[in-house]
This record gives sequence, structure tokens and C-alpha cells, in this order.
Amino acid sequence: MGILEVKGVNKNFGGLKALDDVNLDIEEGTVHAIIGPNGAGKSTLLNTLIAKLVPDTGTITFQGQSLLGLKAHEINQIGVCRVFQTPEIFPDLSVLDNVMIPTYAKQQGAFKLNPFAAVNKDSEIQDRAHGVLKDVGLMERKDFESGSLSRGDKRRLELAMALAQDPKLLLLDEPTAGMSRADTNNTISLLKEISETRGITKVVIEHDMHVVFSLAHKISVMAQGHVIVHGKPEEIKGNPKVQDAYLGGAHL
Amino acid sequence: MPGLNRRDTTLFLIVIALLVFAPFILNPFPEDSGLARFNAGYPDLMQRFVIFGIFAIGFNILFGLTGYLSFGHAAFLGAGSYAGVWMMKLLTVDVVPAIIASVIVAGLFSLAIGYICLRRTGIYFSILTLAFAQMSFALAYSVLTPITAGETGLQLSLADPRILEGMNDSGTIPATNFFGIPMRSGFEWDIGGWVFTFNFGYYLCAAIMLAAFYISIRIFRSPFGMMLRAVKSNQQRMNYTGLNPRPYTLAAFVISGMYAGLAGGLMVAVDPLAGAERMFWTASGEVVLMNILGGAGTLVGPILGAGVIKYFENIFSRLNEADLSQLFSFLPEWLESALVTIAQMFVGDGWLLTLGAMFMAVVIFLPGGIVEGGQRIHTWLRRKPEKKDDTSAAPAATAGE
Repeated sequence: MGILEVKGVNKNFGGLKALDDVNLDIEEGTVHAIIGPNGAGKSTLLNTLIAKLVPDTGTITFQGQSLLGLKAHEINQIGVCRVFQTPEIFPDLSVLDNVMIPTYAKQQGAFKLNPFAAVNKDSEIQDRAHGVLKDVGLMERKDFESGSLSRGDKRRLELAMALAQDPKLLLLDEPTAGMSRADTNNTISLLKEISETRGITKVVIEHDMHVVFSLAHKISVMAQGHVIVHGKPEEIKGNPKVQDAYLGGAHL
Repeated sequence: MPGLNRRDTTLFLIVIALLVFAPFILNPFPEDSGLARFNAGYPDLMQRFVIFGIFAIGFNILFGLTGYLSFGHAAFLGAGSYAGVWMMKLLTVDVVPAIIASVIVAGLFSLAIGYICLRRTGIYFSILTLAFAQMSFALAYSVLTPITAGETGLQLSLADPRILEGMNDSGTIPATNFFGIPMRSGFEWDIGGWVFTFNFGYYLCAAIMLAAFYISIRIFRSPFGMMLRAVKSNQQRMNYTGLNPRPYTLAAFVISGMYAGLAGGLMVAVDPLAGAERMFWTASGEVVLMNILGGAGTLVGPILGAGVIKYFENIFSRLNEADLSQLFSFLPEWLESALVTIAQMFVGDGWLLTLGAMFMAVVIFLPGGIVEGGQRIHTWLRRKPEKKDDTSAAPAATAGE
């Protein structure tokens, strides 16, 4: 049994079937990629996992616990963390603060009234935040206002925010979209490194096949709200169904 | 100061110095000079400076940090005032129980209102708070008259029980006091044409404002304060970071409500009379202006904003045509009369025009308020000497060759 199980999930938007009986089984410690053409329902699926959307039917279980009915912050607190496609950061705060906020969330839970604790005297939190910033290479920018960062740096910051929480399951929505080739390669090696050292299970949505095949242990292909194939990368490469989906064969 | 870094300690010490020497600073003109009208160093006004300073500091914790714009905080100030007067009627005219009760009552009141209003954000939150405050105002005027004394306002009377005090045969209502020291006690210092007034009530309020300011600095520098800033910056993101923004915003709302209650309690401590007009929406709007004018989200901005607004309200509103012609009397007569004609639109009843013009200028040119203005002057002054150094260094180098 996997760390995350999605069974029979459906989601309709009006008449549109965004998710059509989706089943997924993510094994612990692996990198699982979800690929598919635009509008296949990949992001919608990710949204149902973090309570951004509620599925119409079906079950979602994380480590034996149902995620349905939990609030977004509760899902995060049990170890499921999402990195968004368009960078979602705290733009008015410094880069360091952006990383300290999730670090505190991990350490002190969803709410803590501690108006007399001092941020600058909490060396444990400081060290942890600094460590994560070093990992993603944003240490020199730690005092910048994060809204002024380049898009690529914002994405790295968001990754740092996720890593600061040391999640059990990390959901990445196109982690390299909009990055240069060099940044993409850096991100791949960073993601590989954290898979190996920290053993975080990852679900990656990606268009870039170079990224997919260099990272993923397993791949699910979606088209029109449906998962059409599961398999190892080498099985997916030659699968005629996948080629149909990408070449528009599904419409025939 | 314990728990404060060097910069905050400096700021705190400056505020202490300003408060301690306020009777001198606010009375720069000799008593018999024409400019004595601009003196603000009399007890009543000085008390108002620090009491509204407390109100504005508390409001800043909600508005400055979380960005939630409440238009109903005067309701908590009013509730605090009523609670304070009732304590003085029922228990004792010592101000300590009154102040404690006003903070607690305002805290509970803001908990109830905040719980409901914080279900919405942005303009809807503002409208909800405004609606609740206006409801409180209307209730205080009508249905709740037995508690609030309606239009006449709640005040002390000889027949009050005052169960913690002994028999009172004097036939007068005892004065509000702090462990026996009357709030209005003090002394005047007459020196070379200047008269400086030192008032106990003012210094008590100033000491409480310092405590309130200290707590606000600590909140700003705490992880709790960081979360409140996160609410302002991107509340949606907090949910996906494992944080629940609701209790954070509610805590900020209640803390600022308690500050408002404290201000209301101090108002009746120095002048034991509470009226419903204290809850009117213009009073809520005033504290918003104080924050924006001084610099919302900065530590010292709300205090400066409160000071400026109260100064204009009390000094400019009292100037009249005669004062203006005296002020411009050194000019040729045609110019004097022209200036007086223009200027008198901005004084007396027209002081709100001055305030409005100033507010617009600040919002357009200094969005960070007075504090931003200060910072700009600071960087400008710092840059100047460097430039001078450059130019003086160049000739020196040529001279050396």
C-alpha cells in the first residue's frame, strides 16, 4: 500500500468532466510524475489533494488517513506540501521571513499565540531557515524583499519554503516552468539530491520530458480527466496510447 | 531594554524622553507672547495625546500588521469607557479597577464582534465592523439607556454605592485618584514668562502608554507578529503553509480591541464621563487617519499621527481671525488681509479642511506617512555630507600632486 492512494475520484465543473474516475497509488520514497496534454486535469488532481478543490466522489487517503474533510492547513500539518505553478510567496516580506514562516508552522503548529517570543533570538529556527536557503542557493538574497526576486528565484524560494517543512509528500506543479536550461538542470539536481538524502516522496506534474525522464521512478499519463497509463519511464516512452494522447489521437 | 534590540531600545528611549519632557516641548512660547495660542502643553490636551496614542498603537497591531481595516474600533473604546465609569460608580473612584475592567470588557466585546466580522475580508470586513459599531452607538443611545444613561452620558453621582469606599459625608463626589493621588493633582512651574504644567493624570497615562508601546514592539518582533504580516502579504498562502490565519487575525483584533478599551478606560479615569458619541463612526475613522497619517505598520507612526491630529483638532480649531492678523502683523497691510482671508478658511471650524488637505498630501506623496517622511529626510541628510566629501577630496588630491 502506498503513502498516497487516490481511488475513483470524480470532479465536474458544470458539464465538464475535469476528473473522471482517477486512481493513483504513490509508493513511499519514489518520484511519481504525472504528465499529459494541457487540460488533462493534472493541476485539478493536485488541487483535490490539498483541499483547494473538493472531489465530487472518490476517496483520497494519505498514510491510511482520509484527506477529505480536512482543511488545507491540516493537510499541510500532517506532511503534505505543495509547490505552486505560479509562485505563491509572501511578496512583502524578506526572503528569510518567507522561509521562517513555514519553519515556524512546522515547529509550533497551525496557531500559537507567542507575542513575547523574539524571532531574532530563536537560533534553532534561524539555523534551519538559513540551511534551507543555502540548499536552494538563495543565501545571498536572504534580506531582499521576496516580491522583487526574478521568477526563477521565486520558484526556488517556494521550493525552499516547502523543504523548510520537511514534508513527507511533496507535490510539485511544473517546478521548472519558465526556468532557463541551466536553472532547470540545477533544480533537477537539487530535487534528485533531496530525494536521495531526505527520502521525501514526490508527485511531479511536468511538461518537460527531459525533467520527467531524469527524475521519475514512475509515470502516470492523463488525458481528458482520465489516467490512461501507469508505468515505469521506459514503458511509457514507447506506449502508443501516450503518443496518441499527445498527438491528438484521443480526439479521433 | 530587556527583549529589545539596539535600534528598538533607542526608539523606546526617545519616546520616553518625549513623554517625560512633553510639558516643556509642547509649551515652546512664553505665556504673554502672541504665539502662546500654539502651546499645547496643558494637561487636558497632553492626556488626550497619550490616550489616543494608545488607541492608535493598538489599532496599528490590527491594521498595520494584518491589513484588516476595521471601521468599528470606537465601539470598543466606548465600551471600555462605560465599563470604567461603572466600576467607579460601583466599587471605588480609584482608577485601577476601572482601567482593568475597561480592558477586559472591551476584550470580550471585541472577541464577539471579531469572531463574526473576521469571516469576511477586505471591504466586507470593514462594512461589518462599521455596522456593528453603529449598532452599538444606536443601542447606547436608546435601548441600553439604563446602562449608558443615553444622551446625558454616564457620570458619577453622589448616590453611587462605591462599596469599597468608606462613608462619604463631604457632600461632594470624590475625585478620581490613583491609590489616593488625585488624577488632576500637579503643579505649575512659572519661569521667566513660561508656565510649565506638570499633571499627575498625564504622567500616569504616559506611563501606561509606554507599557502599551513596549508590548507593541515585542509583538512586532515576535513570530506571532511575523504571522500577522504574512496575513497581510498573502493570506491564501498561509493555509497551504500549514497555518490557520483565522485565530491569528482574531487574536490581533482582540488585542487591538483591548488597547481601545484601555484608552477608553483612561479617558474616564481623567474625566469620569462616558457618552455614546465616543462610539460614533467618525471616532473610528479618526483612528484610521491617525495610523495612515503617521505610517501604518511602523512602530512609532501611530503615536505621531495621533499627536498631529489631536494638535490640529484642539489648536487650529480654536484660532480665529484676530489670532491670524496678529500672526501676520509683520507683513504690509494688503498682504496681511489677503493672507488672513485665505488662512481663516483653514482654522476655526475649518480645521477639518487643513486636516483633509494634509491627509491627501500624505497619502499621495508619502504613502508611508510621517515616518516615511522622516526616513527620506534622514537618507537625504546622510547623502549630503558624502557628496561634500567627494568634492573636497578631489581638490585635495590635485593639491597633493
